[in-house]
Amino acid sequence: MGWLIEPLSYPFMVRGLLAAVMVGVVCAVVGTYVVLRGMAFFGDALAHAVLPGMAVGYLVSGGARGPIFWWGLGTAVLTAIGIGAIGKRARVKEDTAIGILFAGMFALGVALISTVRSYAVDLAHFLFGDVLGVSPGDLWLTGVFGGLVLLTVLAFNKEFLVLSFDPVLAATLRLPATALHYLLLVLIAVAVIVSLQTVGVALMVAMLVTPAAAAYLLTRRLAAMMGVAALIGALSGVVGLYLSYYVRVASGAAIALVCTAFFLFTMALSPRRGIVWGK
Amino acid sequence: MARGIHFTRLETHEAGAPILSVTELTVHYDGRPALEEVTFTLSGGERVAVVGPNGAGKSTLFKAIAGVLSPSAGAVKVAGHGPGGHICIAYVPQRSQVDWSFPVTVADVVMMGRVGRLGLFRRPQRQDWERIRQCLTVVGLTGLAGRQIAELSGGQQQRMFIARALAQEAQLVLMDEPLTGLDLPNQGDIFAILDDLRRRQVTVMVATHDLNLAAERFDRVMLLNRRLLGIGQPGEVFTPERLRLAYGGHLRLVETGDGLAVLSDTCCGGDL
Repeated sequence: MGWLIEPLSYPFMVRGLLAAVMVGVVCAVVGTYVVLRGMAFFGDALAHAVLPGMAVGYLVSGGARGPIFWWGLGTAVLTAIGIGAIGKRARVKEDTAIGILFAGMFALGVALISTVRSYAVDLAHFLFGDVLGVSPGDLWLTGVFGGLVLLTVLAFNKEFLVLSFDPVLAATLRLPATALHYLLLVLIAVAVIVSLQTVGVALMVAMLVTPAAAAYLLTRRLAAMMGVAALIGALSGVVGLYLSYYVRVASGAAIALVCTAFFLFTMALSPRRGIVWGK
Repeated sequence: MARGIHFTRLETHEAGAPILSVTELTVHYDGRPALEEVTFTLSGGERVAVVGPNGAGKSTLFKAIAGVLSPSAGAVKVAGHGPGGHICIAYVPQRSQVDWSFPVTVADVVMMGRVGRLGLFRRPQRQDWERIRQCLTVVGLTGLAGRQIAELSGGQQQRMFIARALAQEAQLVLMDEPLTGLDLPNQGDIFAILDDLRRRQVTVMVATHDLNLAAERFDRVMLLNRRLLGIGQPGEVFTPERLRLAYGGHLRLVETGDGLAVLSDTCCGGDL
């Protein structure tokens, strides 16, 4: 058991584990709707598109975490609403419009960060996460905003469910479909920002989509899918961090890889839709 | 009446007003007219078949009645008010439009019909689940409440959506081709449930391609091809001229000694 306890003697490991668990749970719960509504590309684009916001926070604060978080949060929420609006009136197809926006914003972010001479290390942290650099203040921000996201999903869960399963029913029940859709986009945006320090821009979509996709294969009810996804997300965070500690690989990548392994494992063995037992 | 916090102010039903009155309804879909100047009235408990070729505007008509599509001209009144203030209109989708792999059980889908009545921030209580059980009993699906929806047969899937309309306490049920792809026993089950709905004074409109069923099992039939070509008894509506007007060459008509035989409506499925 020593190998389990040894890493916990480092405060940065304890904080990293807490962050990874919270992020795993929040992303998996929001990710359930991302998977069911086919919004994986939106989630990936959103994560990349917040880079210029974080870069501005980084430049004005000289690298302090707080401003990066708030600038990132603002950019994420605005971008989510912007992408939502593009989908409704763009002259090109929605995914094309998202692709253009996301590549442009990402390039702007990289350009802004590259104006600082020592940018390579910081850029790597933005792209791939820096879960071992989580401070107590970061933990509070993650906890508070992650908790808000979870509470909001729980509060509106039956409305989100109707909207996702049957938009016409949502309309005939006179639910405010547009407002609920934007609320969901904003929740995804907040979940992305909360998670960026753990897995980074480039691997964000793994936390959002992979645990939820694995849970989709294992469950037959939405609540169960959310629960199993949260469990897989949290476990991936913990297992990934231990892996990175002992095997000495980048922590964000290790977490994303464990998510992927969970998915492949369930895909092979899922009793309902899997390769081995499925029809 | 619905309690709790709601997104929309709901209209009460005006005494004496017909359950559905459609006046000069014109709807554009993708810039083209999908329905033009349709006018008719339905009374409580009536069962009407809506027939017409693909692209005739059957689904568009239903969505305009449900308040999901806005008319370009004309008006829809449900029990005296526009459809937007009502949660008593149920739309039963075509089975091909449903994501059957969605992680929900039969009871979950039926409970979705209660969401409008529950209001914000209220979770279903014991009496709500009891109500769902009753709705499932009416349609004969009690034992399948916990099944994932992909595990149902086509007829059972259709009955589940009728149960959802019951849970919604719908007064007006719009069914988009519920009979397509069902065998005779399954169609019989559906009609037995529709008889039950009639006893509850629920008005039902059914879009169908089956002219024989339309003629035999409904109070009135409606012939539609963008314009309303007729509504009334099958004998008055299904005349050779009107049918040719609706279907052009897509219908085989044989005039026999004692009337008209319709051989088949050659177009099926997948229309809007």
